[in-house]
Amino acid sequence: MTATAERPATTIFRRPKSKTGLWGWITTVDHKKIGIMYGYAAFTFFVIGGVEALLLRIQLAQANAEFLTAGAYNALFTMHGTTMIFLFVMPVSAAFMNYMLPLLIGARDVAFPRLNALSWWIFFFGGIFLYSTFIFGTSVPPVGPDGITGNLAAGGGPGTFNFLASSPDGGWFCYQPNCGPLYSPGTAMDYWALGVQMLGLASLVSAVNFIVTVFNMRAKGMRLLRMPVFAWMSTVVAFLLLFSLPIIAVALFMVTFDRQFGSLFFAADLGGDPILWQHLFWLFGHPEVYILILPAMGIVSEVLPVFSRKPLFGYSAVVFAGAAIAFLGFGVWAHHMFASGITPVAQAAFGLATMTIAIPTGIKIFNWLGTMWGGKVWLSTPMLFAMGFVAMFTIGGLSGVTHSIVPSDWQQTDTYYIVAHFHYVLFGGAVFGIFAGLYYWFPKLTGRVMSDRLGKTHFWLMFTGFNLTFAPMHWLGLQGMVRRTWKYAPEAGLEFWNLMETIGAFIIALSIAIFMYNWYHSRRRGEISGLDPWDARTIEWTIPNPTPEYNFAQAPRVTRLDHFWHMKYDEDEEGRAVRRPEADEMLTRLEYDGLNPARPIHLPAPSYFPFVMALGIPIIFYGIIYHTTVFGKALIAIGAVLSLSALIGWAIEPLEEPMDHDEEAEPGDESGGVEIERADFLTDDETAEEVVPDE
Amino acid sequence: MALIRRRLTRLAALVGSALTLSACSIIELEDNPLTTFEPAGPFADKIDGLFWMVFWIATGVFVFVMGALIVIMFVFRDRGREDQKQPRQLHGSPKLEVLWTVIPALILAAIAVPTVSATFDLTECSPDAMEVEVIGHQWWFEYHYPDADIYSANVLVMPAGEEVCAQMTSVDVIHSFWIPALNGKRDVVPGQTTTLRLQADEPGDYWGHCAEFCGLSHSLMRTRVQVVSSSEFDQWLQNQQGPATLPQDGDPTYDGYQVYLNKQCIQCHTVRFDDPDASNIIPPGAFNGPELTHFASRNVFAGAILPEENETRSEALKEWLANPPQVKPGSFMPDLALTEQEIDALIVWLESLE
Repeated sequence: MTATAERPATTIFRRPKSKTGLWGWITTVDHKKIGIMYGYAAFTFFVIGGVEALLLRIQLAQANAEFLTAGAYNALFTMHGTTMIFLFVMPVSAAFMNYMLPLLIGARDVAFPRLNALSWWIFFFGGIFLYSTFIFGTSVPPVGPDGITGNLAAGGGPGTFNFLASSPDGGWFCYQPNCGPLYSPGTAMDYWALGVQMLGLASLVSAVNFIVTVFNMRAKGMRLLRMPVFAWMSTVVAFLLLFSLPIIAVALFMVTFDRQFGSLFFAADLGGDPILWQHLFWLFGHPEVYILILPAMGIVSEVLPVFSRKPLFGYSAVVFAGAAIAFLGFGVWAHHMFASGITPVAQAAFGLATMTIAIPTGIKIFNWLGTMWGGKVWLSTPMLFAMGFVAMFTIGGLSGVTHSIVPSDWQQTDTYYIVAHFHYVLFGGAVFGIFAGLYYWFPKLTGRVMSDRLGKTHFWLMFTGFNLTFAPMHWLGLQGMVRRTWKYAPEAGLEFWNLMETIGAFIIALSIAIFMYNWYHSRRRGEISGLDPWDARTIEWTIPNPTPEYNFAQAPRVTRLDHFWHMKYDEDEEGRAVRRPEADEMLTRLEYDGLNPARPIHLPAPSYFPFVMALGIPIIFYGIIYHTTVFGKALIAIGAVLSLSALIGWAIEPLEEPMDHDEEAEPGDESGGVEIERADFLTDDETAEEVVPDE
Repeated sequence: MALIRRRLTRLAALVGSALTLSACSIIELEDNPLTTFEPAGPFADKIDGLFWMVFWIATGVFVFVMGALIVIMFVFRDRGREDQKQPRQLHGSPKLEVLWTVIPALILAAIAVPTVSATFDLTECSPDAMEVEVIGHQWWFEYHYPDADIYSANVLVMPAGEEVCAQMTSVDVIHSFWIPALNGKRDVVPGQTTTLRLQADEPGDYWGHCAEFCGLSHSLMRTRVQVVSSSEFDQWLQNQQGPATLPQDGDPTYDGYQVYLNKQCIQCHTVRFDDPDASNIIPPGAFNGPELTHFASRNVFAGAILPEENETRSEALKEWLANPPQVKPGSFMPDLALTEQEIDALIVWLESLE
């Protein structure tokens, strides 16, 4: 199948060979290592974004506080939002998809391993690029109409931490013309626009990769409707990314052109249209919400059945509801703009469209309840987080419905009510789901289980802190506290709950510290997990923990949904699960086989080029920001040469080093021969005849 | 039996404490002048009605889901006992799926009807409404009454029981005009005109805030709506149309007026005097600050952030004039390095501009 043999071997570049150490990580194309790097990077940004949130909360703990300057406050809420969305939730979802997706569908890697490395490195450099604004960026007061400049008191006005004000301060939504060249002069917003551009590019590349992976790399018998729900939701998210990211890419280029080259897309006083930006931004921005939440919904749909000892209630309804949410998600963007002055016809239409989203969302919630109902519910840490997700996400969903009541939204929009709503969705939802997944799949990384005692402490602290922080925000918003507010008046009567929220935020921080300790501790000292610590249902648990480099020693063959469960359990006449007597012996043999492949397994070889190619992009982008100088032009040239030569090197790179050619096996592919001798093990005898390969 | 009773007691305790907690959160601990829960006119009232209708429906769903979760935690919990059977392997129920698709759809359809009708009702101004132009600036609202051709700032004065149709635009970035007691908010967009209906039933002082992030001092862009009886409103209009008295040498206000003339204030601030030759009128479209002709007729200034509670206007003016960007970062009113004497003189004159 592979054309390696015929390809003229190049001697200019040899593929790197080290699998460990720094070079091992830089050149790796292993989906698991890439997933781990994504995860650690995302978590680092989570901590940074969290510290930013704590600084914001300290400022808001009292009325008229002067802890931060106005500039620092605006910069911090901009970076908090941007970080949590683009540098935490999206990449941590990418971490799960990278690590778990091939395991869940029974593959040895993603379809394009080097492309996968490329998207990771673009993300990594994008994050660094964005955060380098704290060092290189500038943010100065606006220039008003008639060229009159706004004024800052010495030291940037009342407050401290003014040095943070050199970062983007136009909000993560970057509304025009406030974040255009006139009202946000200085380079900070350029760093933002180009940084987010890079992060979007990274996601776009991985979206393509995941889509091809899911449609081409599934194990034998893993029909689409036998895929675990997380694999499904990953697919849906990949399509959402594929269709929504080009929109924001165009819009961000328009911002960059306005700021760098004097185009006038959004300049209201010169014929541009600032509302156009809002349409483009939210046409991306609303699908983005589902990009953030659907992976967590997928994780929860994996965890709930395992810990309830029941199959997912209404599997196909849950899958289709996820896809329906994604479809509808493209038709509701203007509900972010109900106050912007769009016509009542448009408002009514988008209001109704928004209401319809509640239906598939409700289907998911009710099916999750149906999954747990009547089960034997093991309240282990992953389960607590998954149940926390269902509870908190329900609140976020219900407050979401209140936004579709257009006149009601006129009161709520741009207040803390909205802040409460989307934190219930994205923190109470996505982040709880992410933690459920981290606790659940931790054994796959380490072969150990995280401490349940610490995990439960983490959960209850986070649950309490979360609700103390965000529940009162509903109330404050309806009491008139506007968003993005550096100060509020003591007479506004908002002090008590703001103080409570700040306390809640620190409780969350404490819970995260406990999690980090638990992670660190359990990596080396956690209880050994064995093959199947949770009595799980899906095939990623048929292979040893930690996951071997080759994932599956033998290509799995799947005959039904929850294949692994059916290898272990039968049903009695009442429909109750009965463990097969040979189940334990089978697990032992699975573990042995998983660690002892019948033949050497060939894996995709590491490569330098994704790293080098990604490295060129931030250099080009720095050059664009300073393009009026010779230095900037030189940077553009250097970056372009670097990226293009990496691209050429990539194209002519041999699939593997010639010396590796002593085996016949094919890289990244399931070889047909291996499974035959042992495939019976993975095949449910009664349903063996059902095995139908998809293609 | 005892086991179940114990479980139920525990459950009741849990529900009880949850209810107590939520009751606490609803008790009004503080006075909230920006609250949306005390509508003062027909438009805000209509929205309030819609909100509560949806709130109670949402509460029903909330109680249902949380109730189910609590039952699951207590009743279906794996207690690690040998006699606890493995559950039935239920894969789903088409009947239930239909049920929990159709019921929410019907509820939403029911909500949709009043929503759409209110959306249209609340958008179009009635033709006999009084027009007021709202002009957004970084970071204050300016009000222009086109019929009387007067300009005011920070305080929108309007008659009780009459509809005001706000025609809104911005000279710089997008703002959002929001008086929670009178209506929802509407963005104030440069290059476009948006409209908002306002009406208050009773005289009173209503608070407002810019709700769209509009730059450095967004949080300090507030406003007031002063609702007065129709006769008081006519009086107010008449007063506002009149000019200010031109201070003569020897008047206590004369020194302050000289500061106004000589310390750049005249570049941005219009004052109309009874001697038209002395009037300083910033032409429309040019960069301007609030008109000062009737400065002292307004109870707040500087984007309605001053004076603060327990502070007189003179005290607040002193603080403001000493260094405006220190009070409002990014302010287009610069620090003019006024001496204390100049500030005191200015305050005397400004306080005379009733």
